[in-house]
Amino acid sequence: MTPDILLGRLDASALPWHEITEAENRLQLLSGIVGLAAALLAVVAALAVAAILTRRRGWGPLWRDWATSLDHKKIGIMYVVVAFAMLARGVAEAAVMRLQQALGADGGGILTPDHFGQLFSTHGTIMIFFVAMPFLTGLINFVMPMQIGARDVSFPLLNSVSLGLTVAGAALVMISLVIQPFSTGGWSGYPPFTEISFQPGAGPDYWIWAVTLSSLGSTLSGINFTVTIYKERCEGMRLMRMPMFCWTSLCTSILMIFAMPPLTVATGLLALDRYLGFHVFTNDGGGNVMLFANLFWLFGHPEVYILILPAFGVWSEVFSTFSGKGIYGYFTLVLATMCIAVLSFTVWVHHFFTMGQSADLNAVFGIATMTISIPTGVKIYDWMLTMYRGRVRITVPMVYAVGFLFLFVLGGMSGVLLANPSIDFQVHNTLFLVAHFHNMLIPGTLFGMIAGYTLWFPKAFGFRLDDRWGYRAAGLWIVGFILAFFPLYLLGLMGMPRRLVGFFEEGWLPLTLAALAGAGCIVLAVIALGVQLAVSIRRREALAVPVGDPWDGRSLEWALPAPAPEWNFPTDPVVNGRDAFMQLKRQGGHLDRPEGGFGDIRVPRESAIGPIVAVAGTAAGFALTWYIWWLAALSVAVIVGAMIARGFVRDAWRTIPAATVEAHWTAWRALADATPRVRRSDELRPANRGHAVPAAEERST
Amino acid sequence: MNTRHPGLNLGAHHGAADDAAEVEIFGFWVFMMSDAVLFGLLMATYVSFLGATHGGPGPQTLFDLRSITVQTVLLLTSSLTMGLAQLAMKHEEGTRRIVVWLLVSLGLGGAFLALEMHDFLSMIDKGGVPQASGFLSAYWALVPLHGLHVASAGLWMLAILGQMAWYGVDDGVKTGLLRLGVLWHFLDVVWIGIFTIVFVGGLA
Ligand SMILES: [Cu+2]
Repeated sequence: MTPDILLGRLDASALPWHEITEAENRLQLLSGIVGLAAALLAVVAALAVAAILTRRRGWGPLWRDWATSLDHKKIGIMYVVVAFAMLARGVAEAAVMRLQQALGADGGGILTPDHFGQLFSTHGTIMIFFVAMPFLTGLINFVMPMQIGARDVSFPLLNSVSLGLTVAGAALVMISLVIQPFSTGGWSGYPPFTEISFQPGAGPDYWIWAVTLSSLGSTLSGINFTVTIYKERCEGMRLMRMPMFCWTSLCTSILMIFAMPPLTVATGLLALDRYLGFHVFTNDGGGNVMLFANLFWLFGHPEVYILILPAFGVWSEVFSTFSGKGIYGYFTLVLATMCIAVLSFTVWVHHFFTMGQSADLNAVFGIATMTISIPTGVKIYDWMLTMYRGRVRITVPMVYAVGFLFLFVLGGMSGVLLANPSIDFQVHNTLFLVAHFHNMLIPGTLFGMIAGYTLWFPKAFGFRLDDRWGYRAAGLWIVGFILAFFPLYLLGLMGMPRRLVGFFEEGWLPLTLAALAGAGCIVLAVIALGVQLAVSIRRREALAVPVGDPWDGRSLEWALPAPAPEWNFPTDPVVNGRDAFMQLKRQGGHLDRPEGGFGDIRVPRESAIGPIVAVAGTAAGFALTWYIWWLAALSVAVIVGAMIARGFVRDAWRTIPAATVEAHWTAWRALADATPRVRRSDELRPANRGHAVPAAEERST
Repeated sequence: MNTRHPGLNLGAHHGAADDAAEVEIFGFWVFMMSDAVLFGLLMATYVSFLGATHGGPGPQTLFDLRSITVQTVLLLTSSLTMGLAQLAMKHEEGTRRIVVWLLVSLGLGGAFLALEMHDFLSMIDKGGVPQASGFLSAYWALVPLHGLHVASAGLWMLAILGQMAWYGVDDGVKTGLLRLGVLWHFLDVVWIGIFTIVFVGGLA
């Protein structure tokens, strides 16, 4: 078959009903219906969003106020929106997979092996690259510049481009739901299975371009955040005075700079194999498959800590804020963070203990792996000691935090077991492993991200999230997690392999059913999060916290109104120590009227480059996947042309006049003075308008 | 504000653009670090594939060390002339001198690429295509990527020359040239790595 000039190798077999029309038995028919339903759901959701935007005349504001905005806070919010949208799909897929494994006894179920393979591939790819990564990038984007007293990140346009690349990758995965198929090679895409000789179709190419686009975006974000933390801190904000979240952001960003390139090399070389017949990872022609494992996990293991460190930062803020105490052992937490970041590069071989290297090498990497539990343990103790003799309030973020402490330690234990190569040989590629990494990533990363979302939501939108639905969601997440993944530990020990489409071992059935119930709880938890958002928006008047400090916060972002103005700080703040805002409050107030008066503020002007990269990037990925060469060339030309044109732009800044800043500040200050302060015991009541009685004062009265 | 930044300082402190240069040049160096990881990994890949010629042609038949040496001289000289362009900018010796040195650098870079292309074609003639073996795949993944970087840097230089024609040597052009300089010298460093590891190492 020669590819069409116009459409490449795209033909009717890529349409979502193809599996149904070609079905030869009941299973294939069912599987096709599941696929078609998912595709329809995606299309209907996209059309619904478009319809709502059109009816509410939202396209203009969406373009002007959001898509082209270079404000770090808005870019951060858009990252989180992408993460939540993709989370909905990732969790839905997880539920379908659990359903398949529960019904899969005696080879039953609802999915063909090929369809199941696509599901676990998209699920892993989505959860890592398009849920966890955008979520943490969004939180860092939103919070970190405010915490260090900066006006924006160092490179606002680059920030928008990074978002554009991430959106392009996510869009590509979503398109693959409708224009099928996706790869069946798992999220790690191991060759030779992803080579052209085993999967000649478009699937692995979707995976390659989605992952490559998003990893380029992450590399650029890492550079941007690192430079921001080194260069944009306000006066007096020494490194050792930064909030813990900034420290973990810094270490994560440095990891991104060094750990994303190995992934880009791996996917790039795989693309050369697939497109140009190279022999890098092939079985024949002198290729070397192990090279992919090395490159991929040289990225993949640090990636685990890219995912977990920002959550550690959130936990530090949550424990300290809701215990009304400064963080315990600040210095050791910083040190532990740095140790984890460095050690994360020294353990990657534990991902292929069973692939034939010498026992000595395995021993070295096994010991290195176990070492990471030491700084992690230090952190756990620091957090517990932060709560010790504090005035702990069990708010929604704290529920997640306490759930995290218990569950994460258990997950860590299973990790120490796996770090022993001889045990690893036993449970290798079983559900034990699946249970372990979900145990790290759900209570670790995802709970942390949701806690951070709950914590900082009022700063972004000016009102708190409804806490009743928040507790419900948190409870469902914790119960659902326990039910869904603890059975998998047992199933793994009983020998059930991962990624299994069906089984003939009756003894496994009760546990797969329990896991299915857990998946159901998690689906309910995600729904509860949606309900929480809807309820909160409806009650936004009662939940409003315009003064901006709803939780008696300790770091600088809480000194700003909620929502924070585009320019963040009216004048550059000056910091004298750790917990900068708490110190200010002890001295009796918020940020005082600037001594030198207000000045004009320069903010970056809106730019269309980010959205152009998003659209052209998606088009390029799609075109390369389907061999539509003219479109690929056109999209790349558009991106290069846009970059060259941008070089000619000279008025990239716009000025906010001092009068505007002063008027905004004066109005806010008047509001703060008129708003009664609220004690911590009332922080979940409508009385909380964001004007907190500081902890020190509250204790003395 | 500190007027020193990790690029070529253009004399006395000159306002917001100078402060911005501090951050921009530092950011560009960090970007280069990330790019260096990319090249480092591809070089390591190449080394691990040295024996994987799979019956295809090896370094002895394919590499022309004389041509490579000429390429090296061309590229290193272009770094020198790029430096002269930047010095002309620093000492404000007029737009013409900057443009001349930039065009010389561009010409040397172009000559490097032309010669590299010639080598590629002669390799293909001798059967040294990437599909022939793992060794050749690793070679073709690494060396043309460097060439692609040089070509992109050349394109960037043309864009900056266009900006100079439009705006003169303004702040935008200055910081642009400072960053381009970092990239240009970085590509030299990478080439020295390639020269040593790929060509000298391959023939050793
Ligand atoms: Cu690992």
